[in-house]
Amino acid sequence: MSGNMNLTLKVWRQQSLNAPGKLVDYKVKDISEDMSFLEMFDVLNEELITKGDEPIAFDHDCREGICGSCSMHINGRPHGPLKGVTTCQLHMRSFKDGDTIVVEPWRANAFPVIKDLSVDRSAFDRIIGSGGYISVNTGNAQDANSLPIPKDDADEAFMSAACIGCGACVAACVNSSAMLFVSAKVSQLSLLPQGKPETDQRVLAMVNQMDTEGFGACSNTGACTAECPKEISQGNIARMNRLYLAASLGGK
Amino acid sequence: MNWFTTFITSSIGKKIVMALTGLFLITFLLVHCSVNACIFFNDGGETFNEVAEFFGSNPVIRTMEIVLFICLILHIIQGLVLWGQNGSKRPVKYTSKNGAANSTWYSRSMGLLGTLLLMFLIVHLKDFWVVSRFTDEITGGSTTLYAKMNEAFDNIWVVVLYVFSMFSLSYHLLHGFQSAFRTMGWTHRKYTPLIKAVGAGFAVLIPFIFAMMPIVMHFNLID
Ligand code: SF4
Ligand code: FES
Repeated sequence: MSGNMNLTLKVWRQQSLNAPGKLVDYKVKDISEDMSFLEMFDVLNEELITKGDEPIAFDHDCREGICGSCSMHINGRPHGPLKGVTTCQLHMRSFKDGDTIVVEPWRANAFPVIKDLSVDRSAFDRIIGSGGYISVNTGNAQDANSLPIPKDDADEAFMSAACIGCGACVAACVNSSAMLFVSAKVSQLSLLPQGKPETDQRVLAMVNQMDTEGFGACSNTGACTAECPKEISQGNIARMNRLYLAASLGGK
Repeated sequence: MNWFTTFITSSIGKKIVMALTGLFLITFLLVHCSVNACIFFNDGGETFNEVAEFFGSNPVIRTMEIVLFICLILHIIQGLVLWGQNGSKRPVKYTSKNGAANSTWYSRSMGLLGTLLLMFLIVHLKDFWVVSRFTDEITGGSTTLYAKMNEAFDNIWVVVLYVFSMFSLSYHLLHGFQSAFRTMGWTHRKYTPLIKAVGAGFAVLIPFIFAMMPIVMHFNLID
C-alpha cells in the first residue's frame, strides 16, 4: 500500500498519580496516512497487549471533535500541528514516514496526570459547578424563540459555546491559565437574556474557583486561542475581565 | 476578606494592577522622552537643562514623581510575584514545547524583559536621578544634567547597556501596551486595531529616540 509509514513515538508513561514518569520509545510500522492519530495509538496498543505489555492510557470518547476528551500534546503543541483540530481529528497524513513524534499529557498543576497520557480535568467541572449554569428552568424551544435576541449576540454566544472543555488552552499557556475556557463559559451564558441576571455572581464565583484550582494568571500571549481546536476568541477573555471588574467594583 | 482584597488578590485583579501601573509608566515614558529629546536641539543642552530644571522644581511634577515611584514599585513587585506564581503552575515541564507556533517570544518573556529593565533602571537611577535629587552637584550649579549625560555616555559600555536595554523596553512595550488594554477589558471591534497600531508605533519610536541619546552623545554627533 502506498503512503504507509513507519514512525518512532516517544510516549509519556506514568504508572499512577504521583509515580515518576518518563518518555518511552515505540516503533510503529505500516501506518496508513488515513488513520487518525488515535487509531494509530489503537494499533500500538493492540501490539502492546499482544506482547503482554500494558497498553497506553489516553482519553477519548466521540472521536469526532465534539466531546473534548482527547488530549495529547504532540510534538510540542496541544492537539498537534494543525489549526482548529482535536487530537482525534488529526490524521497521519500530517506526518511523514520516518518521523519521530513526542507525545505528552497536558501539563499543569491543576491537571494532574492520572496515568500515562490521561489527565484529571475535574477542575473544569468544579469551575462550571461554581456558576456555569442558569439557576432557573428556561423553558423549551418556543420560549427561547419568543425572546428577541440580537443576531450578533446570538452568534457570539454560539461561538463561545463551541468550547468543548478539552483544556488545550491551559496546556498551551506559559502561565497554565484557564482564562480562555472560563471566559468562553462566562460569555456564552452572560450574552443571552436567560443568563444575564446572574452575570455578576457567576463571574465572581467562576474566577474565584479558577484561582482556587491553581491555574495561572493570564498574560494575553494568545497561545490559547491559537491552539484551541474550536478557535475560541481571545475577545472572551477581555469580556470576562470587563465583567469581573464591573462585578467587583459595581456589583452588590 | 472584604470585596476589595478579594478583587485585588484574584488573578484578574493582579493583572489589573499590572495594566494600570503599566499604562501610567507608559505616559511617564512619553513625558520623559519628550523632555530628553530637547538635547537634539543641538544647543549645547541649553533648552534641555532649562526644561529639566523646570521639571525638577515644579510642585505638580514633584507630586507626580511620588505617584510614579509607587506605580513603578507596584509594577515591579507584582510583576515578579506573578512571574514566580505563574511559573509554579507547571512543575513538570514539557520535553518538547513549540511556543513559537502559537505566540511571540516576547509575550512569553515579559518577566525576563522586565527583570532586564529593572537592572537597567538601577544603574540609570543611580547615574542621574540620585545625582540630581540627592546631591547638590546640579542644583548647586557645579555641573548640569546635560554635562552629566555627556560624562556618563563617554563610556562605551554604558552606551551598550543603554541601547541593549532599549531593545528590552521595545519588546516589553510591544506586548505590554496592547495587553494592558485587553486586561482592562478595553477591547472593541472599532478601536482595538488602533490601540494595537499606536502601541506598536510607541514601542518602536520611544525606545529608538531614547537609544539615540547615548549614541549621539558618545560619538559627538551633537554639540
Ligand atoms: S477554550 Fe478551546 S482549548 Fe480551551 S477548553 Fe475550550 S475548546 Fe479546549
Ligand atoms: S475524542 Fe471527542 S473530541 Fe476528540
